[in-house]
Formats: sequence, C-alpha cells, structure tokens
Amino acid sequence: MFVDAVIVLVKVVLALTWTLLLALFLTWVERKESAVMQDRIGANRASVFGLRLFGLFQPFADAIKMLFKEDFAPTFSQRALHWLAPAFSFFFVAVAIVAVPFGDTVRLFGRSIRLQVVDLTAAVLFVLAMLSLGIYGILVSGWASSNRFALIGSLRGAAQLISYEVALGLSLVGLVMVFPSLSLARIVDYQGGLLFGFLPKWGVFLQPLGFAVFYVAGMAETKRVPFDMPEGESEIIGFYTEYGGLKFGLFMFTDFLEVIVLAAMATTLFFGGWQVPWLNAGGFVFPWGGGIDLAPWAVTVLRVFAFNLKVFFFCWLQVLTRWTYPRFRYDQIMDLGWKVLVPLAAVNVLVTGLILAAR
Amino acid sequence: MIKGWQVVKELVRGAAITARHFFVNMTFHTLRLFGIKTKGRGAVTVQYPEVRKKLSPRHRSLHRLRPRPDGQPSCVACMLCVTVCPSECITVEAAEDPDPEVQKVPARFVVDLNRCCFCGFCVEACPVDAIRMDTAEIRLATPDRAGLEVRLDKP
Repeated sequence: MFVDAVIVLVKVVLALTWTLLLALFLTWVERKESAVMQDRIGANRASVFGLRLFGLFQPFADAIKMLFKEDFAPTFSQRALHWLAPAFSFFFVAVAIVAVPFGDTVRLFGRSIRLQVVDLTAAVLFVLAMLSLGIYGILVSGWASSNRFALIGSLRGAAQLISYEVALGLSLVGLVMVFPSLSLARIVDYQGGLLFGFLPKWGVFLQPLGFAVFYVAGMAETKRVPFDMPEGESEIIGFYTEYGGLKFGLFMFTDFLEVIVLAAMATTLFFGGWQVPWLNAGGFVFPWGGGIDLAPWAVTVLRVFAFNLKVFFFCWLQVLTRWTYPRFRYDQIMDLGWKVLVPLAAVNVLVTGLILAAR
Repeated sequence: MIKGWQVVKELVRGAAITARHFFVNMTFHTLRLFGIKTKGRGAVTVQYPEVRKKLSPRHRSLHRLRPRPDGQPSCVACMLCVTVCPSECITVEAAEDPDPEVQKVPARFVVDLNRCCFCGFCVEACPVDAIRMDTAEIRLATPDRAGLEVRLDKP
C-alpha cells in the first residue's frame, strides 16, 4: 500500500515536471519558430556567463522578470477572486495531464508499473471536463477585475469555450464508437493493431473527419490567436487587463499548458499515443516480412520517445497555426463553431454508426 | 460546400507557405551552425551592436564643425544656421578672431539634440561649409538631458 502511494507520487511529480518543463521551453519554441517562419532570428540575447545557446535561457529570464514585478491588484478589484482566478485557470489544465499515458507497462523490481499517473476508466470525459472547468479561470478573472473590458473578454471567452466544447465532445463520439472504451490506456492499446494489414490502426486513419473537427475545436479551446476572442489584444485587452507580474505569467503559462494537453490528447486519441508503427512487445514486425527483435527496455524507450516526438510535432503544428492565420471575428467564430464544426461532427458520428452497423 | 473546400485549400496553402519558410530557414541555420557556407542567410536580421549596416553617404547624423588648418572651427559665427533652424536648437556666441581676414569665431557653438529634428537646413544654409552632418554617429542616447547639448566648437 505504502509502496503504491510512493509510486503514484513519483509518477505525479514526473508527469508535472515533464509538462511544466515542456511548457517553459514552449515559450522559447514559440518565439524562435515564429521568428524563423518570418525570416527573423528571435530572442537570442539571454546569456549565462556569456553562453547564449540560441536564447535557451530566455524562459528563465522571463520568469525572473515576472517574479520580481510588483504583485499588483487594483483597489476596485475583488481581492480574493482576483487572486484565485489564475490558480483556477492553471490547476484545471495541469490536472488534466494525469490521464495521459506516456508509455506502456514497465516491469521494475517485480512490479508492473503503467507509465500513466492514473488509468481512469472515463479518462476522455475527465479531460474534457477539466478543459471545460478552465472557463472558470477566465470568468472569475473578468468578474473580479471589475473592469468592463475584462468582463467583455471573459464573457466572450465563456461563449466561445462553451460552443466549442460541443464540437469537441461530438468529434470524440465517433472515436469512442470505433475504439469501444473511454479509458485512454485502452484506446491506445486498440491502436496497436493494423488496418488492411499494413497501416497502423491509428484513430486518424479511422476518423479523419473526427480528427479535423477535434483539432480545430481544440485550437479554439486553447484560445490562442486564430480564436483569441477572450484576449483580443488588438481590440479589447481581454480578461487579464488588470493582471500583471506572476499572476499574468500564470495565465500565459496556462495557454502553453493547454497547447501541450491538446497535443497530448491529439497524439493519444488519434495518432496512436505511444504506439510505434509495427512495433510489438517483442520488437518490430514489418508487414512486408522480416522484423527486428528488441529487448523490453528498448521497446519501452522507443515508445516513450515516439510519444514525445508526436507531442512535440503537435506543439510545433499549433505554433505554426498560431503564427500563420489572422484572427477570426466574433461572429465568424460562432459561425465556424455552430454551423460548420457541430454539423460535421454529427455527420461523422452518423457515418461511423452506419459503417459499424453495416459491418 | 464548394466554397468550404476552397477555404480549406487556401488554409492549407497558407500553412504550407509558412512551413516552407520555416524549413528552408532552418536548413540554412543548421548548415551555417556547422560551418557550411550557404547561399541564403535564413534571416534578414542585422545583429545591431555587433554588426552595423553601412549608412548612406547622404545620411544625416550627428553634426560637426569642419576645422581650419590651425585647428579652430571654420565657422564665422554668421548666425545663418541659427536663423534657418526650424527647431531653434543651435546657439552660437560670437567672439573676435585674432586673424583680421576672418573677423569672428564662435566662442560657444551648441546644438541641443533635445530639439534637433535632423532636417539638415543648417548644413544647407552655411556660407562657408563649416557645419556638416556626416559623422555617421547615430548612437546619441544619454542618461540625462545635459548630455544631449553638444558643444561643437570644442573637439
């Protein structure tokens, strides 16, 4: 019992460290990637003892700057809520990471340990619920600021997030019909098979439309630029108008955490999670014959590496999307959500059901 | 339906353009990191304090007074630059010059960069071509206002 508790604790610490470190360096990735896309160089001046390392110390410089700023709350704000809002926002996103499977089972000291913090039976619902609860961070911050612009931003954010929650949930219904489970670990296990004998049985090949809807709705859920209604930097300043220093930093950090959670969910649900194509527990078995035998530890390392690679790819893709498209207008966002994504997701469910019934 | 496909097509095309820029520039950056010469640079950035762009010869930078052979400024304190200056930033105090051919020299020639708009009218107005704006000095920032009042008669 005690050992189990220690194992869970270690897993929680490892998962949180992974997420926070990735989010920290995602700020660097965002700066550098946007710069390279636009034929610039990007932040490269932060140095430690003259060592620049392509500006890799920039996240730490930013963190130190935010730490030493005045912890400011306007006199007309509601103090307690103003304090709580960033914490709400951060907590609900960070807690979603416990459901993500980082790899398969490892045997250590005679125990088999899943590389997943908890294998929830309804993990899909759990993650969706936690992402929805993130709205409270926005709503509370807007309300507690007692600022009209902040309130407009938070109301817009609530409207946007609730609309896209529908599309996000519906897009996953088809997937759950194909892989009959709500547990992320089970869903990843199902994706280990082969389709037509050669294609890995990943969600994206079974549910291409579902993935498209999921990705777009997920991007809207992260409330970054093409869908940045709550912030609207160019018109209203948004729900964190009255925030500064570390509290503002926490909101920014939450955005990056949401990017990671979306990347991890897209990987887990649609791109086979930790599955490497044609890699079984014993090693590679290629559909064209032949194979490579691998030790169990090598298989585990490969799988964790594959998971990380996929997550990095989706983070990269989201940053690319964020720096490519101009932002939507509020009515366009609502149109896209209710008139395009929700019907598409419904059609996806219908077609999936028909195919499953015809089989 | 058809319009929807066109939108999707254009979205993908846009992402392809930015992704192409990303990968082409990354290739250049990576090759140059390993010391391989490439045709492109990967970025148009000029790393300013270390690398300077060459200024145009017509660029108007910090003023200077051309010296005479004996080291005195060649200004004759005629006050034409003071008159023409639209920002009223030039102050000249005249003094007598020992040389009877010259008559006057500036005892004090101050350009107040707080006010100067770098229009170059003083250079145009000068009858003896004494004031010029060709020092190529563009780092004029100082921590206090007094540092922006530049004495041109004392080198």
